[in-house]
Amino acid sequence: MLELTKKEDNNKIDTYTMNFGPQHPAAHGVLRLIMEMDGEVVERCDPHIGLLHRGTEKLIEYKTYMQALPYFDRLDYVAPMNQEHAFALSIEKLLGITVPRRGQYIRVLFAEMGRVLNHLLNITTFALDVGAITPALWGFEQREIMMEFSERVCGARLHANYFRTGGVHQDMPDGLADDMMEFCESFPEFIDDLETLLTENRIFKQRTVDIGVATKEQAYDWGFTGPMLRGSGVAWDLRKSQPYDVYSEMEFDIPVGLTGDCYARYLVRMEEMRQSINIMKQCLCDMPEGAVMVENNKVAPPSRAEMKSSMEAMIHHFKLHTEGYHVPKGETYTAVEAPKGEFGVFLVADDSPNPYRCHIRAPGFAHLQGLDFMSKGHMLADTVAIIGSMDVVFGEIDR
Amino acid sequence: MIELLTPYAIQVAFIVLKILLIIVPLLIGVAYLTYAERKVMAAMQLRQGPNMVGPFGLLQPFADGLKLFSKETILPDMANKPIFVLAPILTFLLSLMAWAVIPFGELFGKTLLLSNINVGILYLFAVSSLGVYGILMAGWASNSRYAFLGGLRSAAQMVSYEVSIGFVMVTVLLTTGSLNLTEIVMAERPFWVSVMLFPMFIVFIISILAETNRTPFDLPEGESELVGGYNVEYSSMTFALFFLGEYANMILMSAITVILFMGGWLPPFGIESVLIDWVPGIVWFGLKICMILFIFLWSRATLPRYRYDQLMRLGWKVFLPFSLVWVVLVAGVLLATDSLPV
Repeated sequence: MLELTKKEDNNKIDTYTMNFGPQHPAAHGVLRLIMEMDGEVVERCDPHIGLLHRGTEKLIEYKTYMQALPYFDRLDYVAPMNQEHAFALSIEKLLGITVPRRGQYIRVLFAEMGRVLNHLLNITTFALDVGAITPALWGFEQREIMMEFSERVCGARLHANYFRTGGVHQDMPDGLADDMMEFCESFPEFIDDLETLLTENRIFKQRTVDIGVATKEQAYDWGFTGPMLRGSGVAWDLRKSQPYDVYSEMEFDIPVGLTGDCYARYLVRMEEMRQSINIMKQCLCDMPEGAVMVENNKVAPPSRAEMKSSMEAMIHHFKLHTEGYHVPKGETYTAVEAPKGEFGVFLVADDSPNPYRCHIRAPGFAHLQGLDFMSKGHMLADTVAIIGSMDVVFGEIDR
Repeated sequence: MIELLTPYAIQVAFIVLKILLIIVPLLIGVAYLTYAERKVMAAMQLRQGPNMVGPFGLLQPFADGLKLFSKETILPDMANKPIFVLAPILTFLLSLMAWAVIPFGELFGKTLLLSNINVGILYLFAVSSLGVYGILMAGWASNSRYAFLGGLRSAAQMVSYEVSIGFVMVTVLLTTGSLNLTEIVMAERPFWVSVMLFPMFIVFIISILAETNRTPFDLPEGESELVGGYNVEYSSMTFALFFLGEYANMILMSAITVILFMGGWLPPFGIESVLIDWVPGIVWFGLKICMILFIFLWSRATLPRYRYDQLMRLGWKVFLPFSLVWVVLVAGVLLATDSLPV
């Protein structure tokens, strides 16, 4: 009835191999985890990935830059716009164009909204894995409100296809800024409510403190970034160290954890949500008027009204949507501070409308590698908590 | 022969009628407890619970029951079939059997209960201990890794918390002097005795949460770890029996709490006014049970769950010493103040 898997070394007691399969409520996507356990304690954890591999990077090589953009939405499908941001920035670097001010502000606004979306999902599903069912329902209501903002601005709740080369696709509609401001005013109170359920709860603390500890050295060695790195005590945030768009003008703090366990990362994410709301408020208050897309019609399509009346606009529209724009030869690695960590795009362009090579550096990939050392010596129930706090999403790991 | 049978037959018929009078409302209560759970949890989660089936969703439990009954009962190939089927039957049977000694109220000087045995508490304790068998049988006979682990854990958890339940019951018995449930309800308890028993009330409520495998102690059926625990292989009728048994057990434990600590069917806080006098005792009993059930539902909506070793540590290293010390304390205080019941 119970099979044991013998190991080669006859001196050790046999470990019990268990498959924490792809279909599992806590596996956060399609994670196949082969765990070798000594009773209840985990000896080794081997993640098998690739169950969501869609051939993204190869397919991008056959599409124009405009057509390749929606692939990035589908990588980290929790906070889609942050991925698009990285791709748009990398193309702009190769082309050498600057986004107009208003476009930059809108980008930062929606990137921070993506951060709040992601952290809400992560914290509430983490709580769900640990057993608290209520935060998940409260958090998803807030996510609905934000998805509605996304729909108002670009037409799609989730896969936005909004951050284009040269800016954003279209301007924010009337009234959206006011609604978003209202949301920002009421959100800190919601975070407080969420905290009363979780932060000081002794059962929650018992499940997360000292679980999945990653020291500073280990975090450096394994390539952790984002909240995983900051939870281990390293104050490194790409928004501060290599600012892009208007982050250099925003005033915000970076929360840094002390202990490197699941609880520290949870607290880091909670505080980051508050800081993101802060940044969103600053964006909304300081947003200048102007164009949202660069005026260069060689790169950015003209408006439809213009296209229907002007011949040049019609030709530009036609060329852009069929052949696409040519990006001069060059290569770049551009990274943004995505909610999960450092999301990087390595783009090699060869003066053709299609990218020659586009490699995606997903933060979840490095974090998942760390699952083995983080869950050694812990129990099965802790493994679930550790996976939850690592914030892995298989869209970006498997691509 | 026939002459001997007839008076006996009348008595038997009477007993059967009384049994039905207990079981039928109990089953309806269990069905509506599932509805109440969904509605109460929904309210706490800022959403509406079932509201489509019938007005305010009141017919939802019947829809659920119909769904469960119409499903195919799957018997796994390698499972030990007699025991596999016997386990839910045993669990459900035991949760119904225990209601034989619970007093519901008083009518014209006679208490309403099925069987007025003098060792009611002991009977209840025995029945809840037997409940462990059902779970062990289910976990073993399922022939599935997850079910086996879940069954083992659940059984160990129930046994651990039964120990502290036992000591809490002893504390109450010290103040009443009888194992008979009716006498426990009717016992005259001065206020300071109730205050002294209050920590035991808290310990008892937490222990019954663990006994019935409810959050925060529901790791054995933890959906995120073991996906259903010991009842993962069960479907339709067999699953329904487990489900009903669990909820009937919840109501039973709430009833025991009310009888031991909250004065059973008597008006709350012992207030005696003409206005309240004509409210039948059974209504008070029902209301108090609903209060304790609300605590069950509230903790499910609010609290995360304990990891298994933390759960066991809590039972053996915190509750057991605490209730032991409290038994000695209560006994000592009662002896010193000369208020031990005769």
